Amino acid sequence: MHTLTAFAAALHTVPAAAIGPAGDTDLSGAGVYALAPALIVVPLLSAAVLLLLGRRTDRWGHWLGVLASGASFVAAAAVFLAMLGRPSDQRVIDVNLGDWINAGAFDLHAGIRVDPLSMTFVLLVTFVGTLIHVYSVAYMEHDTDRRRFFAYLNLFVAAMLTLVLANSYLLLFFGWEGVGLASYLLIGFWNHNTPYAVAAKKAFVANRVGDVGLVIALGLMFSHFGSVSFATVLNAHPSEGVATAIGLMLLLAACGKSAQFPLQSWLGDAMAGPTPVSALIHAATMVTAGVYLIVRSAPIFNAAPDAQLVVVVVGAITLLFGAIVGCAKDDIKKALAASTMSQIGYMILAAGLGPIGYVFAIFHLVTHGFFKAGMFLGAGSVMHGMDDQVDMRNFGGLGRYMKITYFTFMAGWLAILGIPPFSGYFSKDKIIEAAFVPQNGEDWRAWVFGGVALIGAGITAFYMSRLFFMTFEGQKRWSKKRDGGDQHPHEAPRLMTWPMIVLAFGSVFAGMILASGSRFVDWLEPVTGHTEGDPVLPTWVLIALTLAAVVVGLVLAWRRYAISTVPVVPPVGTLLTRAARVDLYQDSVNNGLLVEPGKHLTRSLVYADRAGVDGTVVGISRLPVGIGEVTRKIQTGFVRSYAASMLVGLVVLVVVVLAVQS
Amino acid sequence: MSDFSAPDVQWGALSPIVVVLGAAVVAVLVEAFVPARLRRTVQLVLALAATAGAILAVALLWGGVKDDGGTKVLGGSVLVDGPTLVLQGTIALLALLSILIIADRTATGEDAFAPSAASVPGSDYEQLSRRLGLRQTEVYPLVLFATGGMLIFPAAGDLLTLFVALEVLSLPLYLLTGMARRRRLLSQEASMKYFLLGAFASALFLFGIVLVYGYCGSLSYAEIASAVQTPSDLDALLLVGSVLILAGLLFKVGAVPFHTWTPDVYQGAPTPITGFMAACTKVAAFGALLRVVYTVFPDLQWDLQVLMWVVAIATMVVGTGIALVQTDMKRILAYSSIAHAGFILTGIVSLDQAGITAVLFYLLVYGAATVGSFGIVWLVREKSADEILGEATHLSQWAGLGRRHPVLALAFAFFLLSFAGIPLTAGFAGKFGVFSAAVAGGDWPLALIGVLASSAAAFFYVRIIVLMFFTGPSGERDVLVGDGGGASTAAYVPPVPVVIGSDGTVAEMEPVGQVAVVTRPDEALAVLEGAEVAHGVTTTVVRSEGPALIAITVCVAITAILGVAPSGIVSAISHVAHFLP
Repeated sequence: MHTLTAFAAALHTVPAAAIGPAGDTDLSGAGVYALAPALIVVPLLSAAVLLLLGRRTDRWGHWLGVLASGASFVAAAAVFLAMLGRPSDQRVIDVNLGDWINAGAFDLHAGIRVDPLSMTFVLLVTFVGTLIHVYSVAYMEHDTDRRRFFAYLNLFVAAMLTLVLANSYLLLFFGWEGVGLASYLLIGFWNHNTPYAVAAKKAFVANRVGDVGLVIALGLMFSHFGSVSFATVLNAHPSEGVATAIGLMLLLAACGKSAQFPLQSWLGDAMAGPTPVSALIHAATMVTAGVYLIVRSAPIFNAAPDAQLVVVVVGAITLLFGAIVGCAKDDIKKALAASTMSQIGYMILAAGLGPIGYVFAIFHLVTHGFFKAGMFLGAGSVMHGMDDQVDMRNFGGLGRYMKITYFTFMAGWLAILGIPPFSGYFSKDKIIEAAFVPQNGEDWRAWVFGGVALIGAGITAFYMSRLFFMTFEGQKRWSKKRDGGDQHPHEAPRLMTWPMIVLAFGSVFAGMILASGSRFVDWLEPVTGHTEGDPVLPTWVLIALTLAAVVVGLVLAWRRYAISTVPVVPPVGTLLTRAARVDLYQDSVNNGLLVEPGKHLTRSLVYADRAGVDGTVVGISRLPVGIGEVTRKIQTGFVRSYAASMLVGLVVLVVVVLAVQS
Repeated sequence: MSDFSAPDVQWGALSPIVVVLGAAVVAVLVEAFVPARLRRTVQLVLALAATAGAILAVALLWGGVKDDGGTKVLGGSVLVDGPTLVLQGTIALLALLSILIIADRTATGEDAFAPSAASVPGSDYEQLSRRLGLRQTEVYPLVLFATGGMLIFPAAGDLLTLFVALEVLSLPLYLLTGMARRRRLLSQEASMKYFLLGAFASALFLFGIVLVYGYCGSLSYAEIASAVQTPSDLDALLLVGSVLILAGLLFKVGAVPFHTWTPDVYQGAPTPITGFMAACTKVAAFGALLRVVYTVFPDLQWDLQVLMWVVAIATMVVGTGIALVQTDMKRILAYSSIAHAGFILTGIVSLDQAGITAVLFYLLVYGAATVGSFGIVWLVREKSADEILGEATHLSQWAGLGRRHPVLALAFAFFLLSFAGIPLTAGFAGKFGVFSAAVAGGDWPLALIGVLASSAAAFFYVRIIVLMFFTGPSGERDVLVGDGGGASTAAYVPPVPVVIGSDGTVAEMEPVGQVAVVTRPDEALAVLEGAEVAHGVTTTVVRSEGPALIAITVCVAITAILGVAPSGIVSAISHVAHFLP
């Protein structure tokens, strides 16, 4: 409710609100920043209209959704251009939206922070988001609940923008929960299908675990700094112990939202949602919120080297984990999900490296947003043409039938492999270089983490090429349609292909454009800070090694999946393959370690509740009922006994009073 | 021979009382001189104008009393101070709302009162008066006299005025209790019991006055209070006298062990009168009790504390306990009012300044919910094939009311939640006030028992809500419809009115030739065993002329507003909550 008030306040007061850059009196372009709250409000209003007016909006609701998302993008672009007009040290603008919570020592203003970091996210979310909105118009055309789908998508955009634009951890938390809700609603969009509903619940529960971390972090911030606003917390210079505690809790939150080890298990199941959702929420934007959280909290992590080490370890484990799982998946969407997990592992690893890696974490996040969203939309297009099949063993040779999908997917594939000059090369290569820089003068870290990142690049090349070849190359292995007819793969309608084409351009050129003249580094550096370091090996050697690993992975995949026959029935495989197929037993581990003990705990708690608490309550409740049963007998209906009882009572009272007195 | 000098009377300060009693006298004349055709209209307008005038008079006096602390009128016989005004305002407001309910009639023009209360029930004479369309309008002057007595009761400044006020408020109530149109014998029995026990209590009360007068040589509160301060060897006289006086007042508030009349009278009296009596009498009597405890016997605190403790605890426990095993709606509300008397007593026992405010606030809150809930009980009727009968007071008859009359049932549920003291209803703020006053006064065990009793009481309030909303009148899930041929088919049966038979089975009434039998009565209906409802009778909400709905709406509004934002009223009361010495 408070936030609704804040939004209402935003609507009414922003034109007059105090809008000023931090530590700067130059108000050039200030009017444009008043648009910032509108970024959130417009999609939120659209979601409200679509949900509240219900079926009446079925006919035009999806276009309203597209329009709201597009309007947000246009506003974001205007703010971005205005920001470019400022000198680079004056690009942090706080827009105050009024008093939000004022209780005792806790005084918090709701506000928006527009700075290069948040604008990077805003542009990514609104741009990719709008493309995916357009794509969904066609993809969801035959779904009777298309309007509701767009309402949820708009809700997601509003929540995600709240998350990245917030100027305090509490408002960020609000957006954090909002994207969690939207994600839950969209994973379970087809919740008449029980496994899908279960998948939604799993995502929700796993996210809760992480959210507890964020809540504890909020509490720690309040108890140590007396505030949860960025302005206070990020300039507080906490002691190492406090910073480590907060940092680890933030990392827990990031693990939940970004599907990092050990909270990664939900992401694969989340592919139950419609494919555009997978592209937008579970690839390009929401799952990267953990990276945002860590980079945003840079001053805290900078003060806590131990927490940073844990971040790097988590990132390294997840990137290998995701890569290994990706090699064994036959479901095209789950393979892409594993790849997402692995790529976010790269980003988390980079973020854990400190100022040397922050910029590259975000850089990779942006390029990944383009190429991964593009590939997911491609997968959706393939499913569209193949009667919603997802098993790659039943694909093959599709490149000849779906030219546009084929080429756009190829752009994404080359980008994620890191082949120059595609965009992934510029971002991932930088992360690998940064990982090879010794931290705290300890060379072992450089070798271990650099090595993991390098090996990961090789495995990535293998499994992404496997995915690409199994789908688009080789022989046809098509199964029958569900209705028994033959498959007739065909290209998707234009509303679906155009977003793919746009994203493919991003996959090809985004890295090049942003990296040239170190544009992106200069853009983010005022917020995150940036340092350079010397890797343990010369840069050209690293580039050569990385490319060599990629080529090896590519060639292995080509030999196995493009020129030889792929069995339709999956072979038994090695022990590792079998383990990877079941996500390295993560569900079994969770089940054995948490779910089963949890069930026993709840069962015993229920028993204790029944026997102990309920028993006590029921027992106690017998007492007043017993009193009632006994005393009601006095209520005979005879006025004489009433008078007698009054008299007896009175005598007793008089005696008691006199007895006490004497 | 001494000259007779006319007393200097400050009529202004007496205006709330004067307006109401003056209107009552005029109302008697109206009975005599206004033609029968117009009588009801004139009486109604007069009664509403009188109570509204009293509210206005209280409002006009408020500013002055807030500034100077109040005045002693009639040589100290009537004390017009802050608590007096708050109580008078509350009584006048609740009386106004009660009169709206009293005045309400069914679409066929039937009100709650027997056309000729003196006739023997079922006699030819009664049939005749009904055929002639006689109407009982003496109700209005009686209510006004009772209200006038109630306005004096908390303002009395000496024991004699207190006694007179007690009688002025009681006598009309005895009469009103016996005037019910339906269930006349029950009503007359209640009236008789009320009168006998009331007379008994009055006698005790008067005896107490005598003893205290014997000790102090005065009837004035102020002089008694100062006499109490000087010890003497006649302490026993004083103590017994004060206990008897308190007993008389505790009788009026319905505290254990002087509560026995309450359920019978509340059940027998015409329901609108029950609401009036339960709300206004309790406010007046607690006002008087508050003043006596705080200003007359404060120095007996150590001696009387034990009495108040025992009474408060017994009242809470017995009221809650018996309410748990009742099956009649009016009796449940009666025992609930006893339990509430116990809760209010915890606020009085504290002898703490905050206690005055808390009790005054509680009385307003409790009164609003009481008037409203009895108003709703009044509208929920039994119905035979073509005729509206009396109130459907058995719990079983309320089953499923929420499905057929959701708005009314929601309002009733809201009042019940307020009685139970659920947050965001006014009842919570009231209970919080008295219990925290008790804790502030050092009586935390009392507050603890109060909280426990409240939680037990919540059970029977919520049980009614469950009954109204979650128990189908027809046990929809389990109804088997057998047709005449004997081949039975399970079918969905739309909700139709049913009654619960005395053997606990549910029988559907509407379709002739088809009998629906519930073989397995719902577990929630287990409480309904022993229902004594004649077959062929259903429950309905009567379509009335509307004033009762206005009153209920106002009561809901008060309960909601005081629940969400009580601070305004509480601070207004606390600014004036100081007794004149």
